[in-house]
Amino acid sequence: MATRESRTLARIMMAPSVIVLLIWMIVPLVLTLWFSFQNYNLLNPITSFAGLLNYQFFVTDPAFLQSIGNTLLLVGGVLLITVVGGILLALLLDQPIFGQGIVRILVISPFFIMPPVAALIWKNMLMHPGYGIFARIAETFGFQPVDWFAQFPLFSIILIVAWQWLPFATLILLTALQSLSEEQKEAAEMDGANALRRFIYIVLPHLARAITVVILIQTIFLLGIFAEVLVTTNGGPGYNSTNLAFLVYRTALLSFDVGGASAGGVIAVILANIVAIFLMRAVGRNLDA
Amino acid sequence: MARQVSTRRKLAFTALAWIVALILFFPILWTILTSFKTEQEAIASPPMIIPSWTIENYIEVQIRSDYFRHFFNSVWISVGSTLIALLIAIPSAWAMAFTPTPRTKDVLMWMLSTKMMPAVGVLVPMYLIFRDTGALDTVWGLTIVLTLINLPIVIWMLYTYFREIPVDILEAARMDGAILWKELVYVLVPMAVPGIASTLLLNVILAWNEAFWTINLTASKAAPLTAFISSFSSPQGLFWAKLSAASTLAIAPILVLGWLSQKQLVRGLTFGAVK
Amino acid sequence: MRLLPLLAGSMLLALAGSASAETITVATVNNGDMIRMQKLTDDFTTKNPDIKVEWVTLEENVLRQRVTTDIATKGGQYDVLTIGTYEVPIWAKQGWLLPLDNLGADYDVNDLLPAIRNGLSMDGKLYAAPFYGESSMVMYRKDLMEKAGLTMPDAPTWDFIRQAADKMTDKAAGISGICLRGKAGWGENMAFLTAMSNSFGARWFDESWKPQFDQPEWKDTLQFYVDMMNADGPQGASSNGFNENLALFQQGKCGMWIDATVAASFVTGKDSTVADKVGFALAPDKGLGKRGNWLWAWSLAIPAGSQKAASAEKFISWATDKAYLELVASKEGWANVPPGTRTSLYNNPQYQAAAPFAKMTLDSINAADPTHPTVKPVPYVGVQFVAIPEFQGIGTTVGQLFSAALAGQMSVDDALKQAQDVTTREMTKAGYIK
Repeated sequence: MATRESRTLARIMMAPSVIVLLIWMIVPLVLTLWFSFQNYNLLNPITSFAGLLNYQFFVTDPAFLQSIGNTLLLVGGVLLITVVGGILLALLLDQPIFGQGIVRILVISPFFIMPPVAALIWKNMLMHPGYGIFARIAETFGFQPVDWFAQFPLFSIILIVAWQWLPFATLILLTALQSLSEEQKEAAEMDGANALRRFIYIVLPHLARAITVVILIQTIFLLGIFAEVLVTTNGGPGYNSTNLAFLVYRTALLSFDVGGASAGGVIAVILANIVAIFLMRAVGRNLDA
Repeated sequence: MARQVSTRRKLAFTALAWIVALILFFPILWTILTSFKTEQEAIASPPMIIPSWTIENYIEVQIRSDYFRHFFNSVWISVGSTLIALLIAIPSAWAMAFTPTPRTKDVLMWMLSTKMMPAVGVLVPMYLIFRDTGALDTVWGLTIVLTLINLPIVIWMLYTYFREIPVDILEAARMDGAILWKELVYVLVPMAVPGIASTLLLNVILAWNEAFWTINLTASKAAPLTAFISSFSSPQGLFWAKLSAASTLAIAPILVLGWLSQKQLVRGLTFGAVK
Repeated sequence: MRLLPLLAGSMLLALAGSASAETITVATVNNGDMIRMQKLTDDFTTKNPDIKVEWVTLEENVLRQRVTTDIATKGGQYDVLTIGTYEVPIWAKQGWLLPLDNLGADYDVNDLLPAIRNGLSMDGKLYAAPFYGESSMVMYRKDLMEKAGLTMPDAPTWDFIRQAADKMTDKAAGISGICLRGKAGWGENMAFLTAMSNSFGARWFDESWKPQFDQPEWKDTLQFYVDMMNADGPQGASSNGFNENLALFQQGKCGMWIDATVAASFVTGKDSTVADKVGFALAPDKGLGKRGNWLWAWSLAIPAGSQKAASAEKFISWATDKAYLELVASKEGWANVPPGTRTSLYNNPQYQAAAPFAKMTLDSINAADPTHPTVKPVPYVGVQFVAIPEFQGIGTTVGQLFSAALAGQMSVDDALKQAQDVTTREMTKAGYIK
């Protein structure tokens, strides 16, 4: 259908975005690659060629393997909570209830909170072992308060991040759910299928695309999370909550090792792309029209 | 009979939904309440639920940092970057949606993948570029960075939205002899407005909350609300009431915007998830 | 219609005003003393009508990453920087700071405390002016000490501290005998532990920069710390930093707390429930000739590239001279003046009367020696840190390991072994170990 003319036009229309994104990708990437082969500490501005030293040191960092594991756990954990929780919440919000508008507003609110503020609220006012609300509740019932960031560092961070992203998942899933036609639902009901069966055979397949979208978009954002780690645990205790992004942060802005951080950045990009390819293989089919 | 059952059912779901909603909203509510407490009340045991409604914290926060300057910087940066991103993205998404090629999806995925570079790893190169172009601590410098960061998401969101516009309408317009730009302005845009609106909203939210570049590339003149927060987080001593007041001020504008535009946001926030 | 010329006139005035006034940007930490300084800016601008001051107040970590990135890349965003005794020697050596030789005729450089002044000077030139200085000391509850049947000496030993901690701990009443930092970070638990290790005779590196975590002194230090904290420390100690311990102490939940001397004015201040029951003592020792106290001074410096150096120096002189102390005293009382920088302050009878902790603070500061921090010789400067660029990263990693040892997630031996490995690695990479 598309004529040559319209194809040319399409190219012209796409050009600005492709060009700026190419620049945005290539310039930092080239600079990062360049620095990754240099011995360059910001506080010691004498640079020299380092060969693969920066890569070697980053990969052999005692925290490296654990940080990859933590990154996957963090992304996976948040995805699990937000997708499952999002489906349940979407089903709930899809029911006729009183005050639906207000409930919906309350549910989506966490999405509007800036990440450092969210981390500060949870760290200080909720999870603090001495003064947090959780500790107070535990004390009221006679339990020993949990020291969240010492005992369950990664889980605590997953919880905070999941809280921020749950509204996003819920919104997308809810929109998808509402597009399920009444006829389909009623037809299934007529067939005498119970709620669970209806959910598994009608609703879930219908939500597949939405779930894919949620996973894809959230993964892109979750791979780079480090502000929450920085504010709450500083990656510890030990390396228990050090993820790849935080490891790069530590190299870049605590050690001021520009060379090492650049190598870490390159490695993180490579790993992120592996995850992306894997993701596209696993769930990307759903995206085809 | 049936009606009674459904009312009871409705009540049960209502109760459940409200409980869940309040739990999810609680951290925010608690922050707002804490902002009206004195510092002693903020860490009191047992926790004080109803504050003494002091506005001391807000006064103190305003004395220490000029809220409105940070607020307007946030507004310019988030709105500016969103508008520029839309300007670049709309034609691009339009082209991908209506003149798809086998490679369209690859291009989209490539665009998304540009978001995967860990920001921290490129801070120093970026800082050097910003220094040499005089973009450090400027609103326009940050606007450009945030435009680029969010552009892939904007394109993708618009693309998925445009794709659902029936092609027949465009063809009908073409039959009528409408030339392409007219097709865009008079036919497509009006139909696409809901999608564009929700893209705009989502992008403003993302830009407002971006907290790495906005802190690290600014000093005083262009510092937005994310930097404002860092002057109240983790001081020496426990000042949770002041931190809460600063947090409330920083999140309030976007929270209110989100609440007011909830319907528009929801309508367009599909990313092609709805067939 | 008369509004228009008025408006234009006022705009002209504003323009004229801004044209003659030079704006300096001051980057500082959001600690109480600096916030007070910010609020007193008017005093400076009244005295210097041709200078305007723009404040960038940030939390410590963010401030440090911002100013370091900026000065190292010569970004030129700030005219006055607030930095610590860790940064000054490193940056001065790189030539990134301007020497402060025009602080004014009545500035009285010789009045600065020698230990602090030395830490901020290189080759006899002052590169940063101290805004407030601190060491660390023991703060303890006199009532609980009495109840335990003990008397705190002015210069306690670690063994005494341990004994007192055991006796003061009263789990039923929610009282921990001792509160110490446990939160990971080079400026958090490692500041305390490094200073403590000095008194145990340990050191970070030997003269050839070989890490020393495999030596018995470090093992003694960490073991003593972990044992004492497990027996007498508060719940969740591994995530407690300065703030958390301050709150615990203020609420009467700690028998003893060893931390920064600036905390003294907080624990005896209006927010404290135990204000009238606090005693002070020097940081403990182990009879080896060194005490476990540190030395730190938040100081103001000018980056070498600044176009407004003259105005910046005027500002620094205003913020750190004697008149500033009097200004704060007149507005907020003597107990609230920034401590630890000037001899004259400690000779001031009004200050001595208002601040019961004055003498102990001064003695603690004088007892710290950044050039000879520990018993054995070391190749570095710094009491609770090692003044090399790589230290922040290494210190934080080691801090994570020691924090894990405190949390019981790792044995003391494992933590030390990993600390040794990780430090050796980083030092090899940085080229110290050939």
